[in-house]
Amino acid sequence: MEYIYYPGCSLKGSDKPYEESFLAVFRKLEIPVRELEDWNCCGATLFAGVNEKMALGMAARNFALMGTSPADLIVPCSACYLTLNKAKKRLAEDETIRGEVLKALGEAGYKGELWKGRIRHPLDVLVNDYGLPAIEKRLTRRLRGLRAAPYYGCEIVRPMCLFDDADDPKSMDRLLETLGASVVEWSLKTKCCGAIVAASIEEVGLRLNGTILREAKRKGAGAVVTLCPLCHFNLESMQDKISRELGEDVRLPVLYFTQALGLALGLSDAELGLRRSLSPQLVLR
Amino acid sequence: MPANLFSLDGMRRRRTGARREADRDPDFARKVARTPGGEKLFECIQCGTCSGVCPVSEYMDYTPRQIIGLVRQGFRREVLSSRTIWLCASCYACAAHCPAGIKITDLMYALKRMAIAAGLFPARFPTPVLAQEFYKMVKSKGRSTESWLMMWRFLRTQPLDLVKMTPLGMRLFLSGRIGPGTERIERRGDLKSISDRLER
Repeated sequence: MEYIYYPGCSLKGSDKPYEESFLAVFRKLEIPVRELEDWNCCGATLFAGVNEKMALGMAARNFALMGTSPADLIVPCSACYLTLNKAKKRLAEDETIRGEVLKALGEAGYKGELWKGRIRHPLDVLVNDYGLPAIEKRLTRRLRGLRAAPYYGCEIVRPMCLFDDADDPKSMDRLLETLGASVVEWSLKTKCCGAIVAASIEEVGLRLNGTILREAKRKGAGAVVTLCPLCHFNLESMQDKISRELGEDVRLPVLYFTQALGLALGLSDAELGLRRSLSPQLVLR
Repeated sequence: MPANLFSLDGMRRRRTGARREADRDPDFARKVARTPGGEKLFECIQCGTCSGVCPVSEYMDYTPRQIIGLVRQGFRREVLSSRTIWLCASCYACAAHCPAGIKITDLMYALKRMAIAAGLFPARFPTPVLAQEFYKMVKSKGRSTESWLMMWRFLRTQPLDLVKMTPLGMRLFLSGRIGPGTERIERRGDLKSISDRLER
């Protein structure tokens, strides 16, 4: 069955390599996916701090664009994924606010009930729908020699935790092992990178991302593998500065899980957006 | 270890000192308890788990535990003008671990909205500015363009630091990850109609 895809603003902007690798991998695996037409920003973490009703309205317009579609909505960005899931839960549970939001949407031309489908992360779809055995059959090379530190960040597991464990998620670990990589056991896989706060207050960003990169390096990782555009951006963009200030080289390739998967499926660096990376290039044996 | 990265000299301003009975707003706690996230405000046992798991509590002027205490005591101005609520990165570690089941992240969102409504902000602090610029941009365009947003945030709060950001901007531009254009949706008029209704 076809999936509908909600890119979110990051994947159309500075996190273009995530969109490129996500689409390339789904195409290669022949999983049909179509972009939601005229989608709008989910409101992100910032909207809820300004106006709650409008934050729900922003999310709800996207649901209205889904209409009565039975398809799952695939959302690769962790912030969009949580924001949309949280908004949907709130609208489903709170009759008063649902009424107000649906009325406002109705008057703007979006009639109908609240969309009833599911909001899924591509990692969930790949591991639980397509399945690791099916992925394994499609591999053209193994990522042997790669020691990967799977980094999940926050919002994919907290607070809703819809497809994996909140404290010790394993989906990406299992995927990486299927690709032939070895997986670093470490305790920072769901430690926060600072998200938008790290990106706007330098000292916070350097400290949190320095802690994560240094720990990955100490555990012998050859790359950090991420699933969130903001984590990815924070981890790759501050490496030089952190290394300078710490007097310790913490530079590491930072990959999206879709890029790691794409490499094992035989896709090229260019197809996977790897040449746009700000972190060191991954060298595979 | 070099002082400037893992020391907290630059930002930490833990606030202490006496507060006055006259500064209390007796209705504040009840008002907060009625907003989403505040439901279990009075069930907090002040254990401090939230402050312990918070990745940014070291930078806060009041820890999350202290914020809950201050809210319950009615110190509205201290809470709403704190850096704490704007430092919360929405990682949900506190909410996931709170033994009383308090949705602390949602509580922080509620306090941010109250601070904006009251016009109370910590001085020279970028996140409230960023949040409001983001809100304005997204409401009118339907999508955010990160490069423009970051530029606005620096121009508004730390214009001199914009120079420091130039090398990163150049690398993003050269790798084709940012461009001069802005993202927008087709049916922007619909959003206007929705916001006119919901913001009332």
